[in-house]
Amino acid sequence: MTSLSSTASSLADVTTSDAALRRFLHGLPGVDQVGVEQRVASLATRSIKTTAKAYALDLAIRMVDLTTLEGADTPGKVRSLGAKALRPDPTDPTCPSVAAVCVYPDMVPYAVEAVTTPGGRLHVASVATAFPSGRSSRSIKLEDTRDAVAAGADEIDMVIDRGAFLTGRYLDVFEEIVAVREACARPDGSRAHLKVIFETGELQTYDNVRRVSWLAMLAGADFIKTSTGKVQPAATLPVTLVMLEAVRDFRASTGRMVGVKPAGGIRTSKDAIRYLVVVNEVAGPDWLDPDWFRFGASSLLNDLLLQRTKMSTGRYSGPDYVTLD
Amino acid sequence: MSTPFEYAPAPESRSVVDLRPTYGLFVGGEFVDGHADPLKSVNPATEEVLAEVATADADDVDAAVRAARRAYQRTWSRMSGSERGKYLFRIARLIQERSRELAVLETLDNGKPIKEARDVDVPTAAAHFFYYAGWADKLEYAVAGGGTPQPLGVAGQVIPWNFPFLMLAWKVAPALAAGNTVVLKPAETTPLSALLFAEICQQADLPPGVVNIVTGAGATGQAVVSHADVDKVAFTGSTDVGRSIARAVAGSDKRLTLELGGKAANIVYDDAPLDEAVEGIVNGIFFNQGHVCCAGSRLLVQESVAEEVLERLRRRMGTLRLGDPLDKNTDVGAINSSAQLARIRELVEAGEAEGAERWSPPCDLPERGYWFAPTLFTGVSQAHRIAREEIFGPVLSVLTFRTPAEAVEKANNTPYGLSAGIWSDKGSRALWTAERLRAGVVWTNTFNKFDPASPFGGYKESGYGREGGRHGLEAYLKGADQ
Repeated sequence: MTSLSSTASSLADVTTSDAALRRFLHGLPGVDQVGVEQRVASLATRSIKTTAKAYALDLAIRMVDLTTLEGADTPGKVRSLGAKALRPDPTDPTCPSVAAVCVYPDMVPYAVEAVTTPGGRLHVASVATAFPSGRSSRSIKLEDTRDAVAAGADEIDMVIDRGAFLTGRYLDVFEEIVAVREACARPDGSRAHLKVIFETGELQTYDNVRRVSWLAMLAGADFIKTSTGKVQPAATLPVTLVMLEAVRDFRASTGRMVGVKPAGGIRTSKDAIRYLVVVNEVAGPDWLDPDWFRFGASSLLNDLLLQRTKMSTGRYSGPDYVTLD
Repeated sequence: MSTPFEYAPAPESRSVVDLRPTYGLFVGGEFVDGHADPLKSVNPATEEVLAEVATADADDVDAAVRAARRAYQRTWSRMSGSERGKYLFRIARLIQERSRELAVLETLDNGKPIKEARDVDVPTAAAHFFYYAGWADKLEYAVAGGGTPQPLGVAGQVIPWNFPFLMLAWKVAPALAAGNTVVLKPAETTPLSALLFAEICQQADLPPGVVNIVTGAGATGQAVVSHADVDKVAFTGSTDVGRSIARAVAGSDKRLTLELGGKAANIVYDDAPLDEAVEGIVNGIFFNQGHVCCAGSRLLVQESVAEEVLERLRRRMGTLRLGDPLDKNTDVGAINSSAQLARIRELVEAGEAEGAERWSPPCDLPERGYWFAPTLFTGVSQAHRIAREEIFGPVLSVLTFRTPAEAVEKANNTPYGLSAGIWSDKGSRALWTAERLRAGVVWTNTFNKFDPASPFGGYKESGYGREGGRHGLEAYLKGADQ
């Protein structure tokens, strides 16, 4: 049985063959569905008020990957998204910027331009690898990645081959993540950060979520991410909890910290605060940082802003008092 | 664990509860004076006196039993089942309507976290009334043998302080559904929610005398269970008191059910879903500060995963939030009384003296009130007192086993037999184990799950009789042939 006490060296051995990788992933402790959902329900009753709420709202804003992934995206749409990302609340200079904007590869140059200021710039994340289905040849996926990195993307959000995972070809999935990670390299020797999207709505079981989390971390993922936002269900609290347990246990056995990004379906401040409670109590406070936890979201930001204004003024404003994008 | 995400206090408001300075007994549908020395009910989290409560002497108990007998003969046993059911449904709805008030009062008087009173005690109590309300007009299906079963008469019921309101519901709902009337004695440290229930009975227009509540300590309870005109005695509490009640009732034609102590084994196999098992261990022993007769107070963990389970358990215990029970984020509340705190301390000292290793997470205890930090003992053997005696506090004894047969043997090696837990991803192993455990309730991959439709009760020194479900109704009925 694998455990926290597995050493880093024994982990290196598990990716030497398909059989070894399967033995390792199938040897991970199971996840009890009823138990995990009960745990989430209990954490969801935490009552976050006053100073704690103010802290959580600002932290959540700083963790947003403000996202537009539409076929109808244009440079204009991306520019206004960038402006919103920099100054989410133009009326309040104390309101923090979001973590990053997240766009399709061809929109990366416009996004970079939009989030660059004299004082520095926000991160630009690009989806890649034939997002969202991932159904393309590996060479196309790698080229897609290189293209986005060359255009200036700081972070690459790749999708795994869910078909390969579900048929048990774990080593294929592993090798593809390793290859995409290599494609994230820049000429100067640095590397774009790699987020690995599982599309947990297609993997379905919590056991699969735990296995794919370990698989991606073993392959070198910097972040593990729930969903593309194009498949229902997208992010859920129990799925995110299982992923947070995985990064916690991975750090305990290897010393390396991996980030977590739930994406899709998180729309309200209340939802976001519930996620932060789960981060705090399951992975631990070290993950309460935009470097280690992100929200992939679009409409969430405006609800966070409305709540933030309510905290400071005592009144709710309306949707017309926050900018559309 | 230090965190920048400090949860600000989120106290539930006390204003929803209208505490009176003094409370009387509830006899014949009215509040009356008691004739023994009144007692003071204390908030165990602050040691603040909440109210002065009358106590019943033998004459007061006699008056309550007479009121119950009158109500039994004149109205309640003659009423049709569907009419009785209407009253019970009404009571259930009133419990829901006044749930916040009941929850806050329970937390004030008992010390349990508001989230437990709010999410478990009060809703489950309402569920019991709803469930038995539905049985009231279907009693011919409750007892084997055919014919319409008959109520027993007056039930004398004595309940404990750990779930004051829920235990009241467990006792009162089936008794009333079956057509009995009751004289109920709540615990001396937690009488207040029962007295609020008396108000609910008034509000529901329950015929006077169907429910009578006599407050007091041991002497009052003694008077209830040994009263000559009580037909049925139901007790939940310690095995010692249960024994003395069994002696008092022996030789009479009173029916008796006892729900007594426990020292439940929570068995974790090496193929268990470990994170959820850790949640189940925490829930099993720290829920309600371990003041739970079916608490999973003995962790039996397979040696091959013992170290990993303990590592995860210690980390999880570090996130438990102990403090103001009215704070909605509190996980572990106050110990119910100084007497109980003294008993926990005594057993924990015995555990250390016998050589077990004691551990608690860093945990600031409030200065006032009765508190005990969540505690773990490792290196415990079957011979230690902390492995054999019921501590009834937030103290977990960890033992290990090597094979399923050894797990079962150790789990059963106790004079008690109330509950047990099994954690395994392998269904056949869980079933194999459950078949061999001598415990009234066995949970698999969960713990402390209660449902009104499910019977609950013990083996051996954990008592006899079942509460909940159809079985719970049988304890308040005699068949047509009896």
